[in-house]
Amino acid sequence: MPDQLLFAIEVTLNGLMAGVLYALVALGFVLIFKASGIFNYSQGVMALFAALTLVGIMEGQVPFAHLINAVFGTELHHFGWHVPALAAIVLTMVVMIALAWAVNRFIFRHLVGQAPIILFMATIGLAYFLEGLGDLMWGSDIKTLDVGLPQGINLWIDETTYEAFGYGFFIDNLDIVATIIAALLVAGLVLFSQYTKQGRALRAVADDHQAALSVGISLNFIWVLVWSLAGFVALVAGIMWGAKSGVQFSLSLIALKALPVLMLGGFTSIPGAIVGGLIIGVGEKLFEFLVGPLVGGATENWFAYVLALIFLVFRPQGLFGEKIIERV
Amino acid sequence: MLDGGESFTTPDGRTIGGVLMEMKHITLRFGGVTAISDISFDIREGEIRAIIGPNGAGKSSMLNVISGFYKPQEGEVFFRGEKRGPVKPYQVAREGIARTFQNIALFEGMTVLDNVMTGRITHMRTGLWRQALWWGPAQAEEVENRAQVERIIDFLEIQAIRKTPVGRLPYGLKKRVELARALAAEPKLLLLDEPMAGMNVEEKEDMSRFILDVNDEFGTTIALIEHDMGVVMDLSDRVVVMDYGKKIGDGTPDEVRANQDVIDAYLGVAHD
Repeated sequence: MPDQLLFAIEVTLNGLMAGVLYALVALGFVLIFKASGIFNYSQGVMALFAALTLVGIMEGQVPFAHLINAVFGTELHHFGWHVPALAAIVLTMVVMIALAWAVNRFIFRHLVGQAPIILFMATIGLAYFLEGLGDLMWGSDIKTLDVGLPQGINLWIDETTYEAFGYGFFIDNLDIVATIIAALLVAGLVLFSQYTKQGRALRAVADDHQAALSVGISLNFIWVLVWSLAGFVALVAGIMWGAKSGVQFSLSLIALKALPVLMLGGFTSIPGAIVGGLIIGVGEKLFEFLVGPLVGGATENWFAYVLALIFLVFRPQGLFGEKIIERV
Repeated sequence: MLDGGESFTTPDGRTIGGVLMEMKHITLRFGGVTAISDISFDIREGEIRAIIGPNGAGKSSMLNVISGFYKPQEGEVFFRGEKRGPVKPYQVAREGIARTFQNIALFEGMTVLDNVMTGRITHMRTGLWRQALWWGPAQAEEVENRAQVERIIDFLEIQAIRKTPVGRLPYGLKKRVELARALAAEPKLLLLDEPMAGMNVEEKEDMSRFILDVNDEFGTTIALIEHDMGVVMDLSDRVVVMDYGKKIGDGTPDEVRANQDVIDAYLGVAHD
């Protein structure tokens, strides 16, 4: 096989795995948007907040340490224990569920029936609030997150491909793990929404609020449930990205990468989020590889957005979104 | 006469029991508009009770009060002998009151089967975690509820479209699916908001037959709204007539037909 083709295959594989992470973030948006029509700008910050909380709990950090020390003149920083990764993940999930409940109780319950732009503004406010809360609780320094996921080049793939083609593929173990976990997560979500009472209720609420009420579904419960699920997805995305590039503010910016994914896949489609994420992941890597050298590189920064723009012009509902038909 | 609490038998052999639901002096306002003013009536177990009236009489508002979608400013609602506090619509549904909507509120993206299954939600007891893990009783419960749903699908003769997404169905069938979803809840009281609206004669006959069959087979108490007088008179045991938010008649179809106020409201009368 010619070298160029082998490179392209390797780039595509890496693109697919990057795409999985985009898809994960986009999934969080879709869940909330489907069930409540809220475009949750704070999804990225939720991932950051989840990752910060996870690191904080694992390291035994004292939450609000700076605040407590400043007020009481103490010198608290650490509890002096370390929590195992799995237990810390469970505890973080508890925090995310509490957050989901609080967000609904104190913000969105009061905004029922408001225009979408109002709800959107509320989530922008929530994003900044969460960002500040994360800083205040856990400090603003860059942290490393190590939950024991394998990292670095996968030697087996490297050797096998070297023997077969005379060129070893570089695939990161972390990407492989992320792909597997994301696939399991999506399969789990699909099964949950198809075959359980709550899943059915979730789809019912996404479809028609009035009808959902009339069969005895509590909207509040469903909203807390979707925000919790979105919190869970944010946690998984936070773990993956945090393990990759450290837990820091820029983590919240992955939300911006999810926007073009949503334009492609459609805001209301779970499969759309997955396929959209993969297309963007592969697209931007391949584009950089093939066209990048011709235009001086750095195409990864804008490729996704240009692709999304093209989609907006020719297929505004995305690949899988519900077609927008106005009745005249 | 139909007053008094004791049960009795109708001419066609069905037993009508005691009072299931009682509305007392209900008044509902939207800003300055009074949609319902001081209306009282009751619904008795096992009967088909109709609320009729010209357009804008407040019939749908009354149904929405019963199902908890609207909260009346004044008046009391008694259900199974107990006074109802301030409730949300989903709590009313859990008390055993199911309803359909005038302009059909189905889950368009879901199949007929899934739509009808949502009607069973109030009957499914296992919690979130067991459901999520598909653990123990959750599975048995799903199977049991599914069997019940299949019975209702058979009963309403919609087997052929079980797996069809509801969005693709014609209007008449959607109405029937909505009835199936309401029935799946095994309601103590079934509210039908203009079940025959927009139907042709044949579809109306089908729907009438299903309403009578449901009442006969399951003994379900039914309250329905219609403005097609002919259909209502054939179907119902007792009729409440509303006009401009007020009750102008209440009784058996024959009594209502003979009521001068009702005749005036429907045919119009010269005011002098």
